[in-house]
Amino acid sequence: MAMTANDFTSNDPIAWCPGCGNFGILTSLKLALARLGTQPKDLLLVSGIGQAAKMPHYIKANCFNGLHGRSLPVAAGAKMANPNLTIIVTTGDGDCYGEGGNHLIHNIRRNLDITVIVCDNQIYGLTKGQASPTSDPGMVTKVQPEGVSAQHLQPLALALAAGAGFVARGFSQDTNHLAGLILAAIKYKGFSLVDVLQPCVSFNKVNTYDWYSKRVYKLDASYKPTDLNAAFARSLEWGDRIPIGVIYSRDKPARV
Amino acid sequence: MAHEVSIRITGEAGQGTQTIGDVLCRVFKAAGYHLFAYQDFMSRIRGGNNFFEIRVSTRPVHSPRHKQDLILCLDKASVDIHKKDLATDGILFLDRAASKLAALEEPMFDVGFDEISMRIANDRLYINSIACGLIAGVTGIDFSIVTQSLKEVFARKSEAVIQNNINTSRAGFELGMENPHKEMFTLAPGAKYDPMAHAPLLLDGSEAIASAAIQAGCGFYSAYPMSPSTNIMNIIAGRSAQHHIVVEQAEDEIAAVNMAIGASFAGSRAMTSTSGGGFCLMAEGVSLAGMTETPIVIVDAQRPGPATGFPTRTEQADLDFVISAGHGEFARVVYAPGSPEQAYYLTMQAFNIADKYQIPVIILTDQFLQDSIVDTAALDPGRIPVARYVISKQESAKISGYKRYALTDTGISPRAIPSWFDEVMYADSDEHTEEGHITEDAAMRKQMVQKRLHKKLHGLLSEIEKPTAVNVENADVILLGFGSTLGILQETTQALEKRKVGFVHLSQVWPFPSNEMLRLLSDARMIISIENNAQGQLAKLLRRETGIKVSKSILKYDGRPFCLDCVIDIVKPEL
Repeated sequence: MAMTANDFTSNDPIAWCPGCGNFGILTSLKLALARLGTQPKDLLLVSGIGQAAKMPHYIKANCFNGLHGRSLPVAAGAKMANPNLTIIVTTGDGDCYGEGGNHLIHNIRRNLDITVIVCDNQIYGLTKGQASPTSDPGMVTKVQPEGVSAQHLQPLALALAAGAGFVARGFSQDTNHLAGLILAAIKYKGFSLVDVLQPCVSFNKVNTYDWYSKRVYKLDASYKPTDLNAAFARSLEWGDRIPIGVIYSRDKPARV
Repeated sequence: MAHEVSIRITGEAGQGTQTIGDVLCRVFKAAGYHLFAYQDFMSRIRGGNNFFEIRVSTRPVHSPRHKQDLILCLDKASVDIHKKDLATDGILFLDRAASKLAALEEPMFDVGFDEISMRIANDRLYINSIACGLIAGVTGIDFSIVTQSLKEVFARKSEAVIQNNINTSRAGFELGMENPHKEMFTLAPGAKYDPMAHAPLLLDGSEAIASAAIQAGCGFYSAYPMSPSTNIMNIIAGRSAQHHIVVEQAEDEIAAVNMAIGASFAGSRAMTSTSGGGFCLMAEGVSLAGMTETPIVIVDAQRPGPATGFPTRTEQADLDFVISAGHGEFARVVYAPGSPEQAYYLTMQAFNIADKYQIPVIILTDQFLQDSIVDTAALDPGRIPVARYVISKQESAKISGYKRYALTDTGISPRAIPSWFDEVMYADSDEHTEEGHITEDAAMRKQMVQKRLHKKLHGLLSEIEKPTAVNVENADVILLGFGSTLGILQETTQALEKRKVGFVHLSQVWPFPSNEMLRLLSDARMIISIENNAQGQLAKLLRRETGIKVSKSILKYDGRPFCLDCVIDIVKPEL
């Protein structure tokens, strides 16, 4: 019997702010899992700390909610020990690109069959509004009263440079499109990264639903995601126009 | 005739002191002698000064001596550094031409290593084999044993190279036989092994821990290389294919410990090893294992700190740290094996206890133990049967309404493995409900702390590894130590046995064996703690946990291990 998103709903009450971009990502992930058809018992969701890291609690699947920044090593250990598990990491821009940056680089190199969904709201939500590695320069926060001076990390370009075989970007509001990206990422044999643009309605007053909606555009059929040079160009496109879709996908031997 | 000879082989890093030492250990073991060997090396790959020391005896030996009977120097610097450690009547071998020495002092003998190697094999490569033959000749070993050991060590080399090794070694052997002082160092006959019985092994700490982990069914090992723990990883990796072990070199120690936790959660027995600096990075993982109740075994092979310290040397200064590392309060066990043999059995036990109580178990060793080689009676893996304490795949089919953190009288919740049963399970580093979901409920928090700390500790107190206690009753002086000083405690006690000396050695330091220590030490006249650290950390812990004060601490914190003679000299005046 075909599965539905409801088959992946847990009974744990959700603790996100009303209007949080994470709701759209949760919906997309459950849609993708329903289409994938893997039984909850064979799924393992791993997370660290942050708002995105709460997501595994809201899904009916095995869950290991570990330490800040350390979701990837836990996921890698679990995958190597038990390759039958389908492993998905839900993480945020602070958890994955900040605290866990080194683990991201080296787990891309390991190329285990793991999918990483980064809920990227360009801000620290759980600690109430400090800059993250993807905050745009100039953003004013409590800790950066003169505006963020560091450069905006380009995570997709970083992933490509580290050798990732599957890199995509989605938008939390376009849940159907995002569900397709997540499903493709899970089905990809090897390490896959989906960076999801996601508003933080409480703390990010710059990168709002409106801000993203005006800028994102979908890569069309003429775009060839197997071309690494083209992928690098799209991965660095940021500002007035931001591409969403599969930026890069190329088969390469995965470890397990 | 000698019953005991101490031998030191010294030279620059890269000159082969370790190869010579390895061959000689095999030779002496095969000839039926007991031995204790250890290495002293610098944190460099070439140059400097390293040495390999072997104490050979007709009776069991467990510690190094200060004065050496035979010192073999492979370069000139070694002569200058080590001649002060030569025993009265000891002899020092060197290559006069290569060392560019104008004249030889009295106990020095010229061995033309270079010249012999060139003359016999037309190559300078064979100095090490000449050295092995020389020492075997002086100590009266049958040359056929040397031949056999060389064949074993160089088994992968070509026939011609093996023959060159044997021929050059024979030349060294003959020089040794001709030495005028030979009689003083010729060993009394060694034991003859019953070929039907299990022959003793040459065991060092790294080999002991690695073999035990494999025997215990460790399925996942992740680590970041760090002296002096790295050999454990090298050994397990070398045997990983044969034993189906996943070995992963992590990007850092944080990843190493978190990967091991992930692997353990997913069903493998998992282990990681490091030294103090790496253990600092693992502290958050220790806490995570405590909170998520994920079994894990961690080796901290200590070296002197703080910070980078002495990378290749020894210390016992992480005791305070490992018994409390990781934020928050939870149960853990810390073992401190005193010999490679204890390291073997305690490593096997560490996996069982970690699984049974779903806690982190730490094995606290140090460079001295990792790199000490002792002849050890055949190991008996059956002594510690593997017990997994997980719901088996078969039983998993019956699971219904599973709660990862179900509250029980023992604090231990039945442990299921994800994908082995039809339901799902949640594990969390946040405070959680029985189901594993995040909670901020005060009553649940209290119950969970009691589960992870009080209830588990209650069980662990009944499984404490008893301290080794020898001659404690009526002793005037009781020596006290933990970890790698066991051999020193044993032999000091033996050497002073007519003078009412006893010792107590702890191979488990946490939970602290308070009841046993009170029983053993409450009436002690004088307690002297012997520790490789600067504060007397064990003495302080003893006082904190039992109120018992030691009279004196013998502390060594220069990065070098204790030697037997030095400890005896310090203890004697107290009697």
